Amino acid sequence: MCGIVGLLVRNPKMRDSIGELMLPMLIGMTERGPDSAGLAMFSAPVAADSRKFSLYSGIEDFNWTKLGHDFEKHLSIKAKIEPKSNHAVMTTTLAPATVKNWLKEHYPQLHLLSIGQLMDIYKDVGTPSQVADRYDFKNFKGTHLVGHTRMATESAITPAHAHPFTAGQDWCLVHNGSLSNAHSLRRKLEKEGIEFETDNDTEAACRFLEWRMREGDDLETALNHGFDELDGFYTLLMGTKNQLALVRDPFGCKPAIIAEHDDYVAIASEFRSLAHLPDIKNAKVFEPSPKEMYVWKL
Amino acid sequence: METLNFDLDKKPLREVNQFLHGDASGLNGKSVVIENPNGAHSIAVGLKSDVHVTIKGHAGYYAAGMNQLAKVTIEGSAGSGVAENMMSGTVHVKGFASNAAGATANGGLLVIDGDAGLRCAIALKGADVVVGGSVGSFSAFMAQAGNFVVLGDAGEGLGDSIYEAKVFVRGKVKSLGADCEVKTMDAESKKILTDLLAKSGHKDVSPDSFTQYGSARMLYHFHVDNAGAY
Repeated sequence: MCGIVGLLVRNPKMRDSIGELMLPMLIGMTERGPDSAGLAMFSAPVAADSRKFSLYSGIEDFNWTKLGHDFEKHLSIKAKIEPKSNHAVMTTTLAPATVKNWLKEHYPQLHLLSIGQLMDIYKDVGTPSQVADRYDFKNFKGTHLVGHTRMATESAITPAHAHPFTAGQDWCLVHNGSLSNAHSLRRKLEKEGIEFETDNDTEAACRFLEWRMREGDDLETALNHGFDELDGFYTLLMGTKNQLALVRDPFGCKPAIIAEHDDYVAIASEFRSLAHLPDIKNAKVFEPSPKEMYVWKL
Repeated sequence: METLNFDLDKKPLREVNQFLHGDASGLNGKSVVIENPNGAHSIAVGLKSDVHVTIKGHAGYYAAGMNQLAKVTIEGSAGSGVAENMMSGTVHVKGFASNAAGATANGGLLVIDGDAGLRCAIALKGADVVVGGSVGSFSAFMAQAGNFVVLGDAGEGLGDSIYEAKVFVRGKVKSLGADCEVKTMDAESKKILTDLLAKSGHKDVSPDSFTQYGSARMLYHFHVDNAGAY
């Protein structure tokens, strides 16, 4: 089991309260995923020449100020660092590859969760409510988000194994289910020079889809390749800079339910997580068909 | 009729279900309304008296499972396994139902006004299931007895390895499962279908607009031509 939630806010007036709208959704999925939780939040982009780097330190009292000083000293350029407990979002104009290498060399204990202009990632072990409190999800503002609550079945319970997973920039994926061919898929991707950070099955799906898109597939074509290549049970929810996308495996083994409203589109594993959304009574609530692609654009 | 109201925002579901499991003499003929179901699992499971339960919204998994005698109405949608293993009584879902609706149901009537997900009426053992919309793939898989009526379309593998259940579909069938074939509707089957349409709020729908499906009975016994498959 695991729980997934997604929310895309259509009404610009409601975007400042996206965190508050989402919180009961994530907590509603606690029974499906009590061991870890995570959130990918998409908000206004940083300047065109800048990138945001979501970092995870693993410890509460990590010295983020020192990180900023070292960065400026070594690279002769400033980085804006916004810490939240054991996470921080670092914004800089330096090329992602340079930042990545510098972090690897000087701060190998830091985990780089994502790179992008709009997306921040927060994930950790703990109940959804604990994780939400740790990073103050309630006060998040933005346009759309993808969240996950995890009940680990196939790999360890660590922050790195929590969802969302990312690859490339401003792209993330959460997964409810289990893939039976994750290891063979991984071996295939490793031959393409793709590196993995965990032994998690979802990371294999994530890197596969991102690789397809880098090879020129659009999201739809990549997902069609996914139907051919991914073996197992899955509901996958993906976030891109301007859309959310959902697919269920051909056997519909894993659940999903959608509420489409003039003000928002909300997705969850179960209705329990949608019940408290405003004016839900007037939303179009339906179950997505298996092996079909659902895409919502901002 | 005496009506009792429960609000799941205020009262734990377990207490409501325990009340509904009380002595039949105190519940027969009573009407119970459950407010704010909000997708909770296992609402009104295991009822065994002639009580009328109305769920005012969307129900979660296994709603009205193992039902006996009771009449349960779900005004919203139902999650997986609604009326699973029902023995008797009536369960009416006014919205859509998720996977495995009416699974292994022995008796009674399950009516779904909207669509039903995959594996609807899987391993049906004698109940009647009427779906106003369409059903997903692998519906009526290994259905042994009972009647399954679909006013819309059916997905892939309808009636795979079916035994003696009768299946009636008005729309298109994407594909039939192993050993499931089109049947000629005889007078007895037509009467069953006509009665079920009337009971489930579709009395104006003509039974002649349906195609009947059932078992070709080729999988019932070992066949020497299939020896290589073992």
